[in-house]
Amino acid sequence: MRVTLLVFRTLGTLALTFFGLLAVTFVIGRVVPIDPVLKIVGDRALPEVYERVRQELGLHLPIWQQFLLYLQKVLSGDFGRSALTGQPVLADIARFFPATVELATAATLLGVLLGVPAGVVAAVHRDRWPDHLVRVFGLVGYSVPVFWLGLMGLVLFYAKLGWVEGPGRLGVAFEDLLEPTTGLLLLDAALSGEWEIFANALGHLILPASVLGYFSLAYISRMTRSFMLAELRQEYVTTARVKGLPEWRVVWRHAFGNCMVPLVTVVALSYGSLLEGAVLTETVFAWPGLGRYITDSLFNADMNAVLGGTIVVGCVFIGLNLFSDLLYRLLDPRART
Amino acid sequence: MSGLRAWLEAPVPASRAHARAQAWWLAWCAFRANPIAMVGLGLVLLLLVTALFAPWLAGRSPIEQDLANRLAPPSAVHWLGTDELGRDIWARIVWGSRITLAIVGIVVVIVGPLGLLVGTVAGYLGGWVDTVLMRLTDVFLAFPRLILALALAAALGPGIENAILAIAVTAWPPYARLARAETLTIRNSDFIAAAIVQGASTPRILLGHVVPLCLSSVIVRLTLDMAGIILTAAGLGFLGLGAQPPAPEWGAMIASGRQYVLDQWWVAAMPGAAIFLVSLGFNLLGDGLRDVLDPKGGRG
Repeated sequence: MRVTLLVFRTLGTLALTFFGLLAVTFVIGRVVPIDPVLKIVGDRALPEVYERVRQELGLHLPIWQQFLLYLQKVLSGDFGRSALTGQPVLADIARFFPATVELATAATLLGVLLGVPAGVVAAVHRDRWPDHLVRVFGLVGYSVPVFWLGLMGLVLFYAKLGWVEGPGRLGVAFEDLLEPTTGLLLLDAALSGEWEIFANALGHLILPASVLGYFSLAYISRMTRSFMLAELRQEYVTTARVKGLPEWRVVWRHAFGNCMVPLVTVVALSYGSLLEGAVLTETVFAWPGLGRYITDSLFNADMNAVLGGTIVVGCVFIGLNLFSDLLYRLLDPRART
Repeated sequence: MSGLRAWLEAPVPASRAHARAQAWWLAWCAFRANPIAMVGLGLVLLLLVTALFAPWLAGRSPIEQDLANRLAPPSAVHWLGTDELGRDIWARIVWGSRITLAIVGIVVVIVGPLGLLVGTVAGYLGGWVDTVLMRLTDVFLAFPRLILALALAAALGPGIENAILAIAVTAWPPYARLARAETLTIRNSDFIAAAIVQGASTPRILLGHVVPLCLSSVIVRLTLDMAGIILTAAGLGFLGLGAQPPAPEWGAMIASGRQYVLDQWWVAAMPGAAIFLVSLGFNLLGDGLRDVLDPKGGRG
C-alpha cells in the first residue's frame, strides 16, 4: 500500500516538474523578440504566404491553445526544425548528445577516482595538513572559472608542452574513419579494434575531461569528507578500534562502507551539474556536444534548437534527481519510511 | 581602547544593545582565529576597495584605445599589458570590479528577500500554500541553472540587466527551501505561540520573529553562493550574453582575449585570474562564516 502511494507521489511530482519545464520553455519561446514566421519565409514574402505560415504554426490561436499545441508536439518528440542545420532538432540532439555524455562520464570518473580517496584521507587526518590541502584544493576547484581553466590548459599542455591533443574530438586525419555505433568515440574505437583512433580520441578527451572533472572532484571530495567525519564519530567505529581491527579496515570497511549510499546520490547529482558545466567547456574546446549545439544555435537565433536542447538537458537533470532519490531509498533502509 | 574591550568582554551585559555588541564581538573573535576565513575577508575587502576607488587605482580610461600599442606584454607602463585594441588591461580589470560587484549586489538583493519570503510564508502558513509554493520551488530547482539562464538571457536579448535577471530567476529556490526548513523548526516554539496570543498579525510574526531567525543561515548560504553567481555571470559574459562591449566585464574580456591566447596569453589570463581571486575570496569567507555562525554544523 505504502509503496504504491510512494510510486504515485513520485510520478505526480515528476509529471508536475516536467510540465513546469515545458511551461517555462514555452514562455521563453514567446518572449523572444524574433518573429518565427519571418525566420521561415524571409522578409520579402508576400502577405498571403506570411499569413499562411502563421496559421500553420498556430500563431493565430489564443495563447492557451498554443500552449496545448506545444505540449502535444513536444510529447510526441517534435521539437521543430533547426534553422541552422535544417534537420529536425531531435535528430540533431541525438547526434550531439553522445559527445557530451562521453565528456561528462570521463569527468565524473576522474572526480570519483580522485575525489573519494581525497575526502577519506582528509577526514581521517582532520585539521592536519592533508585535510587543509584537500580543503584548499577543493575550494580552488569551486572558485576557478571553468572556461578560463580550459583556455589556460590549452595554452600550457597543448601549445607549450604538447602533452595533449588540441580542440575537437579527433584529429583531422582520423575523422570519418569510424562508423558511429554508440556515438561514444572511445567505445566505438575499442569495439572495432582501431587502437590508433582510440589513442587519438583519448588525447583529445583528457584535457577537457580533467578541467570539467576538477569541479566534480572538488564537490565529491568535500561531501566524502563530511560523510566520513560523521561516520568516524559513531560508536561502532570506537568498538571496531577497541576490538583491535587494523586502522585501514576500520576506515575503509566499516566507516566508508556506510558512506557509500549518500555518496552514490552525490555522484548522480554531480553528473547532472557536469552536463551543464559542459556548455562552457565545450565552447572552449570546440567539443561537438549538446552544450555547443545550444550556444551555437543561440547566436543564430535558432530558438527551436535552443529550447529543444534545454528541454532535453532539463529532462536528464530531472531524471538524475529522481534516480538518485530512488537509489537512496532503495539502498538505505532508514529512508524507507 | 582597553575600555572598549573591557566593555565588550564584561561578564554581565548591562543592556540589550550591550549584549548584542558582545555577541558580535565573540563571533568576530571566533572568525578572526580562522586564517582561511581571514584571507577570504581580505580578498572581498580588496574587491570592495578596488570598486570604490576605481578611478584612482586604474590611472587611465578602461575604454581608451591605443592602436599603435596593441597586445603589448606587461610592462612598467601597462602593468598587465594591453588588449587587442591597445586598452590597458589593468585599468579594465579595476573598472570591471564595479560591474562584478553590481551584478553580485543586485542578484543578492533580489534573491535573498524573495527566497526568504517564499520560504517563510510556505513554512509558517503550511497547508495548500506550502504545497503550491514548494512545488513551484521544486520546478525551478529541477532546472539546470546555467542553461535556463542561457535560454532566458537569449530570449530577453543580451545585456547586463537581462543577465542579472536570468541569474536571479534561477538562483532563488535554494533559499526558499532553506528558509522553509528553518521556519518549520521555529513555527511551534513557545515564543511564537506567545506572540499569537498577544494578538500579533501574521505579517508581524513573520517579519518580526521568523525572518530574523532564518537570516543567519540565509546569509551564510548567500556568501557561499556569491562565488557561483560570479562564475555564472562571467560564463554568460564569456558567451557574449552579459555586459556588452566596450564595458570591461571580466568574462567578456576573456572571450575577446581567446583568439590571441596562444601568443598573447595575458590578455585572457589576467581577467580570469581576477574572477578566480574574487570567487575564491567569497568561498573562503562563506566557509569561515559557516564555522562561526553555525556551531551545530561544526566543520562538516
